Amino acid sequence: MKQATDFIVCEAVDYGRAALLRLRSQDPLPVIKPGQFANVRVDGSPSTYLRRPISIHEVDYASNDITLLVQKVGEGTKRLAGMKCGEKVNLVFPLGTGFTMPSEGERVLLVGGGIGIAPLYYLAIHMNVEGLKPTLLLGGKTKDDLLRLEDYQKLGDVLVTTEDGSLGEKGFVTAHSVWNHREFDKIYVCGPKPMMKAVARLADEKEVWCEVSLENLMACGLGACLCCVEDTVDGHVCVCKEGPVFNIRRLKW
Amino acid sequence: MTIDLGRGLVLRNPVMTASGTFGYGEEYTDFVDLSELGGIIVKGTTLNPREGNPYPRMAETPSGMLNCVGLQNKGVRYFIDTIYPRIKNFDTNVLLNLSGSTLEDYVRGAEMIDTLDKIPAIELNVSCPNVKQGGMAFGVTTTGISQVVSEVRKVYQKHLMVKLSPNVTNIAEIALAAEAAGADSVSLINTLMGMAIDAEHRKPKLSVITGGLSGACVKPVALRMVWQVAKAVKIPVVGLGGISNAIDAVEFMLAGASAIEIGTANFIDPAISVKVAEGMKEYCERHGFQRVSELTGILDA
Ligand SMILES: Cc1cc2nc3c(=O)[nH]c(=O)nc-3n(C[C@H](O)[C@H](O)[C@H](O)COP(=O)(O)OP(=O)(O)OC[C@H]3O[C@@H](n4cnc5c(N)ncnc54)[C@H](O)[C@@H]3O)c2cc1C
Ligand SMILES: Cc1cc2nc3c(=O)[nH]c(=O)nc-3n(C[C@H](O)[C@H](O)[C@H](O)COP(=O)(O)O)c2cc1C
Ligand code: FES
Repeated sequence: MKQATDFIVCEAVDYGRAALLRLRSQDPLPVIKPGQFANVRVDGSPSTYLRRPISIHEVDYASNDITLLVQKVGEGTKRLAGMKCGEKVNLVFPLGTGFTMPSEGERVLLVGGGIGIAPLYYLAIHMNVEGLKPTLLLGGKTKDDLLRLEDYQKLGDVLVTTEDGSLGEKGFVTAHSVWNHREFDKIYVCGPKPMMKAVARLADEKEVWCEVSLENLMACGLGACLCCVEDTVDGHVCVCKEGPVFNIRRLKW
Repeated sequence: MTIDLGRGLVLRNPVMTASGTFGYGEEYTDFVDLSELGGIIVKGTTLNPREGNPYPRMAETPSGMLNCVGLQNKGVRYFIDTIYPRIKNFDTNVLLNLSGSTLEDYVRGAEMIDTLDKIPAIELNVSCPNVKQGGMAFGVTTTGISQVVSEVRKVYQKHLMVKLSPNVTNIAEIALAAEAAGADSVSLINTLMGMAIDAEHRKPKLSVITGGLSGACVKPVALRMVWQVAKAVKIPVVGLGGISNAIDAVEFMLAGASAIEIGTANFIDPAISVKVAEGMKEYCERHGFQRVSELTGILDA
């Protein structure tokens, strides 16, 4: 069941271009699936009138904590990322449908670009619980974009690309050598749209099952306003409700 | 808290949710007990299915938003066969917002809706600014509105609410024409035509360049129009545009509204509609009004 709940910031880590916020609720959390998101109210300014959709990065049911990884893009995300411990923030969650979990024994690749790595963390945790160790291919402009790398390394085999070559292989995630010598049964992608399209093309060529997580502009987050639609083989569908995760076969990319 | 808008449309309280912002009500049942609302007005429906405009369909603006959804919906037939059975037993008034691009579309749609027991009223949308033939052509002239309202009136027996466009020079004139043509009530305002530009990329932010402005920023304009229309017509006026809390709602009542609708504010707080209903009750108690209907038009001006 969806809810609108006040959380208190209980941990805030500033990474410069992004920040990690650990938020605590007084009430038990509902079940949250990897790939689902929260619509976050940023109070206090006419330029942050609507909520901001942010993926669930991590969940701790024992202490009722949700962690978000927020990249400072504009007003809203800057304010959010600047929140201090003890401050209050309201979340409407859990929204969307989330990723399809792989089956036992499948070889999975998670591809993240920029802040798109955020939901993959929670996804990888779930895979670990199911006994799967995913390969994570994470890309950034520079090494500073690759947040919490040591933590990701605990969840699977981490491969890195940076556009400036400051870490891992130089170039885009689609240029990484792993594509030439490893095979996968399922690929999960989240990142900027051009990057997701490029990975989707690769997956399509290799005829590998692939899901991408879209970041369309949203208003309600509940499937009510029809602002966030993506053009699919079934027509315009709401990314907030039927997505944000889509199998690439459904998209008209 | 009861409000009688006439011809069988009786609301438990003055608060309804605005078309296009509340889906079919189902999207909000985790947050709102629908039986605590006067009514819900479902998404704008047209005779034939519409895919709506391409993405991007929204842009945030200071204290508001622009949208150009373009009446995406699956058509009246689909509504009757698939959606209506799911929502007809909601313990509140379910109104259908009917839109069209030709006179025949409106009339055929209204005839079909007339057969639905649990839909006590149509909100006739002659004011959608987001599609080329979204009915706004009908809503911006007195002859256009007379024509569509009188034709629909002939085939529709229940409460006919006509939703007015603010994109006109004299809204009172349009409201009078709707009243004369047989409307049981008028609701206003629909969105104000607007535009947003991404200067960095020198591109419009909306796929079809212009869109409809809504949210807190439109409230002063909406309030003025409700006041002008309420002075002009005798039928009940339903006020909306930027209502974000109970005091905003009370202001619309004072300006002459008999009931109100909440739109964009549902996106910010999905439970706002019931909070507004509670807050209006509290206002009445605090100021010694027995009935919320006493607030209508008592602005001390
Ligand atoms: C399902 C979903 C999950 C998301 N998860 C995360 C996450 O985990 N961490 C994170 O940091 N961000 C995430 N985003 C993106 C985030 O919502 C936007 O960055 C944010 O809304 C921008 O708000 P702002 O006020 O900072 O910027 P604004 O001032 O609103 O905009 C600044 C710039 O960002 C662009 N922008 C605005 N909204 C979006 C958007 N939704 N996607 C892409 N660009 C946008 C605008 O076009 C503009 O150029 C997610 C988006 C979606 C839809
Ligand atoms: C995303 C969106 C979709 C809308 N769709 C419709 C619609 O289908 N039919 C209609 O009559 N009005 C539609 N409207 C207009 C609202 O019902 C309302 O008239 C307007 O938003 C002003 O009220 P508000 O400021 O409280 O939102 C829509 C508004 C928004 C924001
Ligand atoms: S954001 Fe409103 S329908 Fe998706």
